[in-house]
Amino acid sequence: MTAQTVLFYVFAVILVGAAVLVIIARNPVHAALWLVLAFFTAAAHWLMLRAEFLAIVLVLVYVGAVMVLFLFVVMMLDVNFDSLRKRFRSYVPLAATVGVLVFAEMALVLLGNRLTGVTGNVAPPPPGGSNTRALGDLLYTTYVYPFEIAAVVLLVAIIAAIALTHRRRRETKYQDPGKQVKVRAQDRLRVLEMPSEKKEL
Amino acid sequence: MSLFEYCVSLFTAPTLSHYLVLGAILFAISMAGIFLNRKNVIIMLMAIELMLLSVNLNFIAFSSYLDDMAGQVFVFFILTVAAAESAIGLAILVLLFRNVGSIDVEDLDRLKG
Repeated sequence: MTAQTVLFYVFAVILVGAAVLVIIARNPVHAALWLVLAFFTAAAHWLMLRAEFLAIVLVLVYVGAVMVLFLFVVMMLDVNFDSLRKRFRSYVPLAATVGVLVFAEMALVLLGNRLTGVTGNVAPPPPGGSNTRALGDLLYTTYVYPFEIAAVVLLVAIIAAIALTHRRRRETKYQDPGKQVKVRAQDRLRVLEMPSEKKEL
Repeated sequence: MSLFEYCVSLFTAPTLSHYLVLGAILFAISMAGIFLNRKNVIIMLMAIELMLLSVNLNFIAFSSYLDDMAGQVFVFFILTVAAAESAIGLAILVLLFRNVGSIDVEDLDRLKG
């Protein structure tokens, strides 16, 4: 029993506990915070698997950005969360059945094969010792086109998120440059004919 | 292998199967979470995030034990797509709340599906 095993079981227990609390938390804010704990613990697991870059990315992107977005939305929506938990208990048997079935199926696959081909330990660190460099070498050579497509996917996500939630307020006054450009002199200017008045003597 | 030997083998250094079983447990929990919170869209989205996390854990475990960096590259792309997915999902959620005034899945029956 090595230190690695102890760490694995400690992190595994925290991860599973946090995941259970995410799905049964009464308050969605608490659920989001438990999810943050789950992500942190998963990052610890990834560190133990020598995927340092992705572990840091998980903390930065997920905990730093996505979970903040979740918390922001949860706190922004004025929802009565208690009404959403009505009949929560009546779903427990079905959910437990499905969960146990899914786990049993996966465990059967694992135990049936035993994955005998893949015994041994975590692979040694790449030459040079930098996981980030190894990942970058692959990402910018072999996978450079998928990498660019990923960038486009993110751009589409930005545009979609803004286009979906942006709304124009009725009461605010704003300028429409199109209308401003299109306007002609005769739309705005009226030349009136006025007879000149005679000077009274 | 006797049961005792099997139990002892569980406490050797963590193997690939350890991580795969952990991923399976995590996936099953989030699957149950979707069934459990079938009225609350926010918790459903969180359960989907958990599912993606378990899938990523499997990818990284395989990548690490087989000494193949391609698995980690794939996780990189999954993280990208998952971030885009949650951003758009939450935007749709906000829009939904603005128009329907509720995030209860049972209120979302306008398409009569």
